[in-house]
Amino acid sequence: MLLKELSEAFGVSGHEDAVRQLILNTVRDSVDEHRVDALGNLIALKKGDGPSRRKVMIAAHMDEVGLMIVHIEKEGWLRFQPVGAIDDRILLAKRVLIGDNHLPGVIGVAPIHLLDYKARNQVPKRKDLSIDIGVSSKEDAERKVKPGDYAAFDIAYAELGGQLRTAKGKAFDDRAGCAVLIELLRDRYPFDLHAVFTVQEEIGARGARVAAHAIAPDVAFVLEGTICDDMPKKRDVSPTTDLGAGPAITLMDRSMIADQRLVRLLADTAEKRTIPHQFKQPGRGSTDAGAIHLSREGAPSAVVSVPVRNLHAPVSLLSLKDLNDTVRLMRESLYQLTELDLSR
Amino acid sequence: MQVKDLLKRLSEAEGASGYEAAVRDLVRQEFAQYVDEIRTDSMGNLIALKRGQVAEQSPRRSIMLAGHMDEIGLLVTKLEKGFIRFSTIGGFDLRVLPGQEVTVHGRTDLPGVIGMRPPHVLEKAARDKVVPLDELFVDVGLAESELGSHVRVGDIITLQRPFAELANDLVSGKAFDNRAALVCIAGCLEHLTAMRHTWDVHAVATVQEEVGLKGALTSAFGIGPDVGIALDVTHGNMPGVSEVDTVKIGEGPAIGFGPNIHPLMFSRLVQAANTFEIVHQTEPIPTHSGTDAWAIQVTRAGIPTAVVSIPLRYMHTTVETLALTDLRRTSRLLAVFIANLDEKFAQQLGLEQLNA
Repeated sequence: MLLKELSEAFGVSGHEDAVRQLILNTVRDSVDEHRVDALGNLIALKKGDGPSRRKVMIAAHMDEVGLMIVHIEKEGWLRFQPVGAIDDRILLAKRVLIGDNHLPGVIGVAPIHLLDYKARNQVPKRKDLSIDIGVSSKEDAERKVKPGDYAAFDIAYAELGGQLRTAKGKAFDDRAGCAVLIELLRDRYPFDLHAVFTVQEEIGARGARVAAHAIAPDVAFVLEGTICDDMPKKRDVSPTTDLGAGPAITLMDRSMIADQRLVRLLADTAEKRTIPHQFKQPGRGSTDAGAIHLSREGAPSAVVSVPVRNLHAPVSLLSLKDLNDTVRLMRESLYQLTELDLSR
Repeated sequence: MQVKDLLKRLSEAEGASGYEAAVRDLVRQEFAQYVDEIRTDSMGNLIALKRGQVAEQSPRRSIMLAGHMDEIGLLVTKLEKGFIRFSTIGGFDLRVLPGQEVTVHGRTDLPGVIGMRPPHVLEKAARDKVVPLDELFVDVGLAESELGSHVRVGDIITLQRPFAELANDLVSGKAFDNRAALVCIAGCLEHLTAMRHTWDVHAVATVQEEVGLKGALTSAFGIGPDVGIALDVTHGNMPGVSEVDTVKIGEGPAIGFGPNIHPLMFSRLVQAANTFEIVHQTEPIPTHSGTDAWAIQVTRAGIPTAVVSIPLRYMHTTVETLALTDLRRTSRLLAVFIANLDEKFAQQLGLEQLNA
C-alpha cells in the first residue's frame, strides 16, 4: 500500500527529498512530463485527451511538521526547534529519527517522581526539552549529528481495520493528499492536469506560491489531510470534520474563501454519484490554496480533504474509506469540470 | 544469555499490574534454564529456587532476589462515541500520555492511539496546560456501532514502544522499569551455574509492585528468606534534573543505603563490588526506597534487605533509557555477592539458627 510508504518517508519542511523521490518513482510512468523547480516542488504534467485548453492544477504538499537540531549541549543533549506548528504537549516521551541516517533519539522528560505538584501540572516548554541519542559528550554527539539536521517522529504505519478501515501513521497531513493525487494521475482527463507535489506548506505555503506562478492555472484544487476533532467533549462544539463521513469540502478557512462554483461542482457531483461527503467547519486551518488562489491575477480554487485525527501529532488516524471516497469525488468532479462555466 | 535480546523481549511483552501472565511466561522460560525448581504462588509471583551446596556443619540459608514484572498501565472505564475513556493503573505522568501508542486488550488485542484535541482548535491557554485525564481518549479507529463488540469496560490497556538501540550501548523502550531487573536476575542465575554457592537462591519475579509492593509482600512471607535484595531501577542523569537527584548512566549498579537497607548488606555488596572490580556507585535513599525492599524488610520478624538499582532515564515513560553495560555489571555483582555468602555473615547479621 502506497500510503504506508508515503507515511513512513521523511520529509520535514525544507527537506522533502525522500518523499519527492518516492512519489517520482511512483508517478514517472503515468505522466507525460515532470520537473523539479527551484524550491523543490515536483511538477508533473498529464496531458489532456479532449479539446479543453483549460489548465488545471492539483496540489498536495509533501512536507510534514518536524524538528530541527539547533544546538548540542556539552553533555551531548540535542536542543531542537519545531519546524511547523508542533504542539508542545505532544513532544514528551517520543522517539525521533534524526538526519538522513535516521539516527534514533528520544525526547525524555524528568520523571514524575522528582517533580513537585506544580511541575506535574505544567507542560514543559520546548526550550527545556532535548533529544537524547545515547552519547555523553558534545564531541561524541558531533560525530553523529550537526545543527541543522532534521528530526521526524519514528512511527510505523498500520491498518487498524473496522468499518471505517482506519489506518494509523505519521504525516497523514499531507501524505493522504499525496496518495489521492497519485491515484488521480492514473487517469487521463479532457484537460491538461498539472499535478504539483509541493514543499514547505507547513511553514507558509511557500512551494505552492511559486508553482502556481509557473503554471498559471485556470482552476486549482488542493488535496489535504485536515483537522478531525470528533472526540467527545464537555461542550458540544463542532468536530471540524468527522472521521468516516467522507471527503471534507472547504467553504472557508483561515487562508481563503473557496470558489463557490467549484464548491457547487464538488457537492453536486457527490450527491449525483452518492459519494459520502461533508463540509469542513469554516475558519480553521490554512492550506496551499491560500497562496494559489492569489497567484498572478488569481485562480479559482477549492480544497478537498481527508479527515485526520491527531493532526500534527506523532501518530495520526484516518479512514481509508474517506481516502477512497476522496479519490472518487475528485475523479468524478474532474470529469465534470469542462462543463463548468468559469467566466465572470 | 543475550542481555539485549532478553531485555527487548521482556520490554515489548505486556504486563500491567495484576495482569502479568505474558511476562511471567517469558521469565519462567528464562529462569528455568538455571534453577532446580520453579513455581507460581497464589498472587502470581514466579518463584524459582536454585539450591546452594550447603557447607558442612552449617544451616541451610537462603537469599531472595526480587524484581517486579508488572508495568504501569491503563484500564477501560467507558466507551463513548466510538472512543475509550480510561483510568490509570500505577503512577502515571499525565503529561506523557498524549500521542502515545497503546494496545487495548479487548476480545482481541487492538492497536490504538491516545488522542486529544488538536492545537488548531484550542485557545492559547489550553495549549499550555496538561491535558486532564477526562479529555484524553484511546482511539482504536472503530466506529461507535462496532466498538462495544470488541472492547468492554474493565479491559486492560498497555502502552506500546518498540525497543530501540541508541549510541554507546544505550537502549530505549517501555517497561524497562522493571524488566531490566529481571534480565539482571537471569544473568545472575546464569553466572551462578558456573560458581559454587552455599546459600539457596530464591529468584522472584514479583507482581503488583507499581500498585503497592503487593507481590513482594506475599512472596517474601511465603519464602521466609534469611536476607533479601530488591532489584529495581533508579533515576539516571538526564537533562533538566539536578545531579543531586540522580546517579550516572553507564557507571554501574547503584547500591542503596538508608533506613530501608541493612547496613551490613550494603557494606558487603560494596565490598564484593570492590573485590571483584565491578564498576558501581552508591545511592543515598533517605526514606521509602520505592522498591520491593520496603515490603520485604518488614516481612515476618524482619529481613535484612538491600536495594540494588539500575540507572535509568525518564522513568515511567515509553522512552525509558539505560546502558546495557550496567545490566551486565549488576548480574555479576549479584552473583559474586551470593557466591561469597557464608555462615559467618549470617552470624554477623544475627540470623537465627533455626535450621541448624
